[in-house]
Amino acid sequence: MLLNEATSAAPIFGLAPALVFLPLAGLLINLIFGKRMREGVVGAVASLAVGLTFVLALIFAATLAGNPESVSYRFLEWIRIGTLDVNWAFRIDTLSVTMMLVVSGVGTLIHIYAIGYMHEDVRHNDDPGRFRRFFVYLNLFIAAMMILISADNYLMLFVGWEGVGLCSYLLIGFWFEKGKDGIANAQAAKKAFVVNRVGDFGLLIALFLMFAYFGSLDFSVVFEKAPAVAAATPGVLLAMTLFMLLGVAGKSAQIPLYVWLPDAMAGPTPVSALIHAATMVTAGVYLVVRSTPLYILAPGAQSAVMWVGAATAFFAATIALGQPDIKKVLAYSTVSQLGFMVAAAGMGAGVAAMFHLVTHAFFKALLFLGAGSVILGMEHGAEHGSAHDKHNEHGSSHHDFDPQDMRNMGGLRKRMPLTFAVYLIGALALAGVAPLAGFFSKDEIILSAQHTNMGVFILLIVSAFFTAFYMGRQLLLIFFGSARTEPAGAAVESKPVVTAPLVVLAVLSALGGALNLPGVYSLEHWLEHTLAHVAPGEFSIATAGISLAVALLGLFLAYLVYGRKFTAKPQADPLSGNFLYGMLENKWKIDELYDTIIIRPYRGLADFLSNPVDLGVINNLSAGLAWLMQATADLLRRTQTGFVRSYALVVFIGVVLILAFILVR
Amino acid sequence: MQSVPAEYYLALSAVMFALGILGVLLRRNALVVFMCLELMFNAANLAFITFARLYGSVSGQVVVFFVMTVAAAEVAIGLALMVEIFRNKRSIDIDQMNSMKG
Repeated sequence: MLLNEATSAAPIFGLAPALVFLPLAGLLINLIFGKRMREGVVGAVASLAVGLTFVLALIFAATLAGNPESVSYRFLEWIRIGTLDVNWAFRIDTLSVTMMLVVSGVGTLIHIYAIGYMHEDVRHNDDPGRFRRFFVYLNLFIAAMMILISADNYLMLFVGWEGVGLCSYLLIGFWFEKGKDGIANAQAAKKAFVVNRVGDFGLLIALFLMFAYFGSLDFSVVFEKAPAVAAATPGVLLAMTLFMLLGVAGKSAQIPLYVWLPDAMAGPTPVSALIHAATMVTAGVYLVVRSTPLYILAPGAQSAVMWVGAATAFFAATIALGQPDIKKVLAYSTVSQLGFMVAAAGMGAGVAAMFHLVTHAFFKALLFLGAGSVILGMEHGAEHGSAHDKHNEHGSSHHDFDPQDMRNMGGLRKRMPLTFAVYLIGALALAGVAPLAGFFSKDEIILSAQHTNMGVFILLIVSAFFTAFYMGRQLLLIFFGSARTEPAGAAVESKPVVTAPLVVLAVLSALGGALNLPGVYSLEHWLEHTLAHVAPGEFSIATAGISLAVALLGLFLAYLVYGRKFTAKPQADPLSGNFLYGMLENKWKIDELYDTIIIRPYRGLADFLSNPVDLGVINNLSAGLAWLMQATADLLRRTQTGFVRSYALVVFIGVVLILAFILVR
Repeated sequence: MQSVPAEYYLALSAVMFALGILGVLLRRNALVVFMCLELMFNAANLAFITFARLYGSVSGQVVVFFVMTVAAAEVAIGLALMVEIFRNKRSIDIDQMNSMKG
């Protein structure tokens, strides 16, 4: 079968390694020559590297459109020990190419945006030298993500999985010496890394089980042998898929490991858009969809995935209601939307999950980049205002001012009209208003839920309602009314290099629904070559009506609550002041809960191991050993008298003893 | 001519060897210790030759020549050391040469 694939494959697929090496080339050029290049050139090299990757992905997509058979291209032999045989092989099929298009396409737009955004950001943070470093990291991320999604076996997937985790860590901590007390950003990066490590542990265990029971990590072999193993030892498959779910929960920010994603907003905004909204966090969804043949054989794991996703969707949506920070709202919204995707993947609706993944990449990248544009405008306003008021105290006052707090905004619609227009499109798409992209993809998930489980259906509908409500709240707080602070009044529209990608993403967010339009289902027909068991697409007017009504109701309620409170001063949220809202603002105190039940006992254990165990037992053990050695040596020292005659006597006695032994024996 | 029995030679060899050991263990004069060492060498040589003669083999006699050569070299070095030590300490009492004690 593999041979057949290789011979029938178009020669163009020999270019597959370039998917990884193009971003790596951009990285190396910037790393080696970047110091002497101007900012624009550095950004252009990085963007071009990703842009070429996108072109390559497009070529692959066009080739697959002609002949949609999966292709496996073996690039290098990696590990061959005993029966373990792992290659660096590329899998080009409709599923991986879809991911490649999203990653490199959205990635290119975000690279271009970052040229403008980071130009401002490095100056705002007084370190222009880091401009190049940012693009090096960003290219490294694209390379790692490409390894992840183009892998033909679980181990290469894991390599990419860890690679994107590393880039996430590096980019969250990009301003590692900034943040609250000069340590908050570094702590956020560390938290993301450690929490992801918990998930990666799960994935690794799943891989070990896979090797133990399938003897291989290749997708094709594993999926082929899965039914036999499921029949013989169903528990193994269940454990494998559940451990994999732990990995998914870590990477895709699901309950109980979602806590790192909101903190990850410490990274620069393009990072939030690219890594923590559009691409990396969807890796978990991709993993579940890719492993559909395993999950189908373990119904228990499937429903676990579904419930985890649905619970996350609901839980994160409630938290998003109470956040005052523009990026935190989007972060919790991302967690919630990832919950939708994971739930869909758990219901076996792989196409719906991938559809939502794609449209979400469009509109959530748009929203984050729009939020970045708003933040830039606010920072501009703050610096302008402070320079205007106090000439001698230049640059000191804007550090106290939080340009991300929505309560400080208001009325930006007139100051930043283009940003407003695209943000509106993104927000409505996320809220699920027809005919924008989010409506179709979310509707497909909700419809699958209706067929599968009523509880999940209700959870998702309520989450959709909350989604519409918090997006309406965000729109009203940021753009409508009148400016509540001086910087908001002095905000200016961003430069074209920042707004141009926004416009492209806005068009994609508006038209993305066409990818899998009811009645046409092009994405479904595209993916059914890779995903077995694709249920035929359907469209229910009633369900669509319910989800649209819920979205509009959410927006309307947001207008009722926030639409009339336009005062000139920053003020508390109209809903605040009660216990429930306080809990929402404090994120249900989950961080505190984890602190109490995990971190503090862990610290206590570490302290215990350090003080009595390490310093007491182990230290004394080694010190005691040393003392014993010394005491023994002291004793034996006495025998070295220095008298040659006594040595001779000892030798003589020894000889006599040996002779006696030989004779007696 | 009646030959002397081999046992006599071996007994002489054993007596010489025992005397040598006693001398090495009991005497403090380094020169005497050396002489006793030579006595032990020659006791061993005598045993070698006796057995060579007894079994009609020439290899025992060859070994004796080696032993004599090595013993000569050893005595040369030993006496040189002794002279040096005497120059430093004005004595060759080996019990006073105990500065290497632990």
